[in-house]
Amino acid sequence: MLGRVHLKDHLFETRLITNRAILLLVAGGLLLSILLVRLLYLQVVSHEHYTTLSEDNRVNLQPLPPNRGLIFDRNGILLAENLPSYRLEITPEQVDDMGATLGALENIIEISDTDRSRFEKLLARKPRFEAVPLRFHLNDEEVARFSVNRHRFPGVDITAGLARHYPQGPHAVHALGYVGRIDEKALKILDSSNYRGTSHVGKNGIEKTYEELLHGKVGLQQVETTAQGRIIRVLNRTPPVSGSNLYLTIDSHLQKVAEAAFADYSGSAIAIDPNNGDILALVSLPTYDPNPFVNGIDYDAYAALRNNDKEPLFNRALRGQYPPGSTVKPFMGLAGLETGVTSEHSKTYCPGFYMLPGKDRKYRDWKRSGHGTVDLNSAITQSCDVYFYDLAQSMGIDRIHDYLQHFGFGKAAGIDIQGELPGLLPSKEWKRSRRNQPWFPGETIITGIGQGFFLVTPIQLAVATAALANGGRMLQPRIVHAEQEAESDELLPHHSQVVETITIGEQQHWDMVINAMTDVVHGARGTARGIGKDSPYMIAGKTGTAQVFGLKQEEKYDAEAIAEKLRDHALFIAFAPIDDPKIAVAVIVENGGGGGSVAAPIARTILDAYLEKPTP
Amino acid sequence: MSVILSPHREDASQRGWQYRLHIDAPLLFALVAVSALGLIVLYSAGGGDIELVERQLVRLGIAYTCMLVVAQFPPRLLQRLTPWLFVTGILFLLAVLVSGETSGGAQRWLNLYVVRFQPSEMMKLAVPMMVAWYLADTRLPPNRWQLLASATLIAVPMFMIARQPDLGTALLIASSGIFVVFLAGLQWRLLAFFSALVAAAAPLIWHFMRDYQRQRVMTLLNPESDPLGSGYHIIQSKIAIGSGGLFGKGWMNGTQSQLNFLPERSTDFIFAVLGEEFGFFGILLLFAFYTFIVIRGIMISIQAQDTYTRLLAGSVAMTFCVYFIVNTGMVTGVLPVVGLPLPMISYGGTSIVTLMAGFGILMSIQTHRKLLPA
Repeated sequence: MLGRVHLKDHLFETRLITNRAILLLVAGGLLLSILLVRLLYLQVVSHEHYTTLSEDNRVNLQPLPPNRGLIFDRNGILLAENLPSYRLEITPEQVDDMGATLGALENIIEISDTDRSRFEKLLARKPRFEAVPLRFHLNDEEVARFSVNRHRFPGVDITAGLARHYPQGPHAVHALGYVGRIDEKALKILDSSNYRGTSHVGKNGIEKTYEELLHGKVGLQQVETTAQGRIIRVLNRTPPVSGSNLYLTIDSHLQKVAEAAFADYSGSAIAIDPNNGDILALVSLPTYDPNPFVNGIDYDAYAALRNNDKEPLFNRALRGQYPPGSTVKPFMGLAGLETGVTSEHSKTYCPGFYMLPGKDRKYRDWKRSGHGTVDLNSAITQSCDVYFYDLAQSMGIDRIHDYLQHFGFGKAAGIDIQGELPGLLPSKEWKRSRRNQPWFPGETIITGIGQGFFLVTPIQLAVATAALANGGRMLQPRIVHAEQEAESDELLPHHSQVVETITIGEQQHWDMVINAMTDVVHGARGTARGIGKDSPYMIAGKTGTAQVFGLKQEEKYDAEAIAEKLRDHALFIAFAPIDDPKIAVAVIVENGGGGGSVAAPIARTILDAYLEKPTP
Repeated sequence: MSVILSPHREDASQRGWQYRLHIDAPLLFALVAVSALGLIVLYSAGGGDIELVERQLVRLGIAYTCMLVVAQFPPRLLQRLTPWLFVTGILFLLAVLVSGETSGGAQRWLNLYVVRFQPSEMMKLAVPMMVAWYLADTRLPPNRWQLLASATLIAVPMFMIARQPDLGTALLIASSGIFVVFLAGLQWRLLAFFSALVAAAAPLIWHFMRDYQRQRVMTLLNPESDPLGSGYHIIQSKIAIGSGGLFGKGWMNGTQSQLNFLPERSTDFIFAVLGEEFGFFGILLLFAFYTFIVIRGIMISIQAQDTYTRLLAGSVAMTFCVYFIVNTGMVTGVLPVVGLPLPMISYGGTSIVTLMAGFGILMSIQTHRKLLPA
């Protein structure tokens, strides 16, 4: 081997490599120390921070929705309850062939296209170990059919929940209301922490007004979950507090009798205990079944309710505003007496019409031939319009307004159900500020017989009648008389309130008016004598007929010729027994015609049902 | 340290079974300790799945066998086989690029009908062997041309693997080759020059990176920017390690690991399970074993009797060091996420076989030394 040979210096190379190896080792040590510093930072300095984060990761708070309080009537009859509701759920991870499972299930249980598409949407969104609902509200037969075939469907289960149910169906629905799924509007006003896990909320009636009491308090459980949300175990648990039960003042027997008494008429009736303001019956007809609303009524059924001419969804008892018609006459009479404008013996001649001095417009009496010479008693008994035209004219609108407002006209009666309307008790001031128009004298005259701008709601009329019965105590009507907290036997009473005690100038004036109302029913010429003949107890009442549309000057009212929708409303107010009033009623029959012939018999039926019921 | 590192003379009487079986007992002890610790952690990381541990045991069995087999080869033979191994590896890499099987978006596998394997694994050993083979016959330190030749030997397989793409392995292979060059006495000014070159080339590297690789770098810098996406791994592993504290939450009690918050907990992120359940002291124990293995490897390198084995042993030891530092650095959030497993502990992979073969080489080097005349 000639040429240049690089001689290797082995000692040098050994030392070189050794030095370099040690250098590398030192460099590795340095890197390792950096890592150790990093680990100390993570595990010692920031240990607490990361412990918190790790706890946040693993611990989840889960809401436990409370059971909604039950609603009973005054006799303990169930009006709203929570029934087990069965739903069919599928846990995807336990199902091998979803298509085949669904196909086989369809042979046993009806699965609609909407069920299927909702299921598929949820399926894509939820983790595979979480059960996905396929069908809601299985009936008993379906539950039984599935149970028999259960073994064929691994991963498919029936779970029971609670769903609101109204066993009385359409009865008293306008008092009770119903619950529905929480929608976006409700979501904004609800306390979101207390409603975690709650799916339904009161939408109407008592269910809405007493939502807070009925709902209860949400419970919470702390659970340990995996990253996918699967629950490993429960760490601690605060049980929910069920909502309070409510006991209503409604007597459901009376309610049903009252509803039935209307037959096919639309309208409203309120029965109230004049001693304490208890609403015994709250009728608004036609009515509807609240149960389909609980889980979302289907579109067609809802449209049918909404487009129904008779407006079953409309709460006439609280929101129906009607002219009071002649039912206002006892109040007008009392106003005349108490303000000294009229007296027991002052008389008016009724030729069948009334004319303002210097004007040629005739205000007709319902009786074309006239009532002849009438005093207050006969004017109320026979419902003479001319007497009250004259009285109203003498009093003037402002004195009428000032006196009648003591009976609660023109403002909401304050029943413990939301949505009540105030009616309208007109005055000069009202017309000026609301309509920007002056008051005309003719408007005073028709106010005297409860027409014109004057509007009342059935509940107002009932409360005013109760005040006549009880000697001037204006009660705040109430529909809930007691609540009962969850797991408690104790009933906490809701006390009735006297809103105002009407000052009685002379007791004699009240007696005169009540005597006249007694004669309406029991007198020989009373407009409601038809219901007084065979009555075992004494009734004080007043009929009313409210015009729905105005007749021309000389036109004759002919019920047969007028479309039903435009026929007069029939009204009747009453209380009984006279010496110890236990019940007051206000009845309004829409397009019923005459108060004495249509509304009074309904009132009598209600009074009978309440006063003649076998004492339990 | 100089005592254990400095070569010392020994006589035949000191040599016992270790030399006959070509086993280095201290290294074997440390490896077994790490494997045992790994199986314990893996059992927990797998959520108590004993089958997972059994499969890993089988894999470890194969790897240890492979190590023992390699240890029987005298270094001379290894040296002679080196060029063939390297050339075969390059051919396999070419084959992978042309017709490799795709798995997880990357083309890394070569199906030889008998076995499916990753040629890149083979190159982890073939590259440092080749560079050592080349430099062993030159006069150290290498001159410019020799450096260029070495760089080529490193760069060609590295770029081929980076193309697959498998950046983690490519970097590992590059560093194993660079270690050989450094041990061979790469001049400091050249080292500085190359470092500067790499730093200058960083924007260029960025340009050639794939989107997901860039994403990983961005994630490292600010994992909270995408807490549910690419930052999720790092955030969750930091929570796991940090919440472990000094003593850990206890075996099988790590909430991050047991409740699936920690992704890839039995593979690349298993270090976080160790950190969560055994705490800082558990990590220290693992690091102690790892450090022992690296030091033992460097010792073997220093005691080796020729340039080839010295260079090779040093590179194998230091590559192992880089291996675990890169993985732990990535899991603790100081390095970007490059898919490298925690050596000896992460579940699966053919990498464990390569790793153990590397230790086999170390054992071979240590136990085939000739007795020096006293």
